[in-house]
Amino acid sequence: MINHIYQLASPGVFSIEYASTDLADKVILRPRFMALCHADQRYFLGQRSQDVLRKKLPMALIHECCGRVLQDPTGTFAPGARVVAIPNSPQSPDPIISENYRRDSRFLSSGYDGFMREYVDLPADRLVPCDGVPDHIAAITEFVSVTVQAARRFDRLAHARRNRVGIWGDGSMAFVLACTLRFLFPQIELHVVGKNARKLSMFSFVGATHFADDLPQGFSVDHAFECAGGEGSYYAIDDIIRTIEPQGAVILLGVSENKVAVNTRDVLEKGLTLAGSSRSGREDFVEAIRLMGDPAVQNRLNRIISIDDPVCQMEDIQRVFRTDLNTPFKTVFEWRM
Amino acid sequence: MIFGAILAGGTGSRMNIADMPKQFLPLGDKPIILHTLEKFLLCDRMDRVYVGVHPDWVGHMQDLLERQVPQRERVTLVPGGGDRNSTIFNIVNQIEADWGESDDHLIITHDAVRPFVTLRILEENIEAARAFGACDTVVSAVDTIVVSENGETISQIPDRRLMYQGQTPQSFRISLLKKLYQSLDEEEKAILTDACKICVVRQTPVRLVEGDVSNLKITTVGDYKIAQAMVGGQVVD
Repeated sequence: MINHIYQLASPGVFSIEYASTDLADKVILRPRFMALCHADQRYFLGQRSQDVLRKKLPMALIHECCGRVLQDPTGTFAPGARVVAIPNSPQSPDPIISENYRRDSRFLSSGYDGFMREYVDLPADRLVPCDGVPDHIAAITEFVSVTVQAARRFDRLAHARRNRVGIWGDGSMAFVLACTLRFLFPQIELHVVGKNARKLSMFSFVGATHFADDLPQGFSVDHAFECAGGEGSYYAIDDIIRTIEPQGAVILLGVSENKVAVNTRDVLEKGLTLAGSSRSGREDFVEAIRLMGDPAVQNRLNRIISIDDPVCQMEDIQRVFRTDLNTPFKTVFEWRM
Repeated sequence: MIFGAILAGGTGSRMNIADMPKQFLPLGDKPIILHTLEKFLLCDRMDRVYVGVHPDWVGHMQDLLERQVPQRERVTLVPGGGDRNSTIFNIVNQIEADWGESDDHLIITHDAVRPFVTLRILEENIEAARAFGACDTVVSAVDTIVVSENGETISQIPDRRLMYQGQTPQSFRISLLKKLYQSLDEEEKAILTDACKICVVRQTPVRLVEGDVSNLKITTVGDYKIAQAMVGGQVVD
């Protein structure tokens, strides 16, 4: 069968690749709802280095989607089953290193075609059932699973005094991480540090929110998550190192194109643990679906999802990328290509 | 129920590049008709797919199904008729023999030699046929259409904004299609170039479904080369 793959050919320009594919041993998924990520937007806007763009394009974008199974020769899923797709694709087993950190793992929409296709063929273990989660929310499961991965890294690394935990950042990642931590560690008092009053006002379910340039006298946290990314990474990490209690764990999630200077003197003096957290694996997806089944979590996630009009033709792909530039949090859309 | 009807009744006289009908020529890793059939089978709203094949090639098609189509239990082969509409009505008769008559039966008719059809087009055909009784898949005309009645000089140049190029699928409520076809006399039947015209000559509205320029019909050697290039395969001629 001939699959239509909608690829970004160069920044702002999409083209179609027609691929004759063999259906023999793969599960075939029809994508239904997709969500945009900053990483997609950076490709679309040409904000990656020329070298990266040359190497990776043309490539189908989008690594967040849910859909329904059209056929499954393995018998794992019934036709019509609602599932979310895992973009990480490990190439070999490893009992020590998680699938999302392995050197040979592939990530769809980073060097390999993402989900902007007529249908997606994946091994059965790259799909997770999402019953009980509405389509437009299930579309952001990958995003939620990244925060689950961060929460699990935190749980493994952070010492037992977990009274106050800080989240630096007021964007989508910070918001979803706050939802996840609130669900998994309800006893922790969460403090969100950001810059934008309108965005911070959305965090109604956390202990407190603070402006980064107006932290209360003597403000401190036991552990911290950095979700600022970009130019904000430096300031967020610097604030964290200054305000965190000794031997705290710092989980870094924000992506920065440039290298960030770190105040290592205070990292050493306080005996801090700095850990990176990126992407996610199957276990994180399964846990993400579990917590997204909770009505309170769904309610909160709903607040940050903007549903754009369906994508039915090539021009609509351009439209959702432009819409996303003007929405404060997550842009989700129905895929009808 | 919803029935796919893949029309492969022709013998490919316009191609002259191979002995076999064009729908059996390879495209990428398999014959053109199997690409088309697989797309129909993947559409989970399609209950059964009927394939109208020229009587001389039913055996060949049967072999292909057995070797390469795991979902062949959802496929029924029907011998094609002398022209497009008689192939469609051979399929309609077979559907009604298998499943009985019903006002709920929809038929999604499609050229076997349009393997680039998309799931979106199939789904929108199903929706439109269910809601309106009949639909045709079209794309806006890009080139200006020129009418010449003598083949030598222009008779008229219609407004391009009103012009569309017809593709397939063409989809119908089976009961409506049958009723209209039965009302035509032999002279009217003789001028039918496609199934939608059955509705048009009886002033029955046919809804437009947006097609896709990639949904090309592989009819000539040039089309075949373009299709091969689209899927990155080798040109075989």
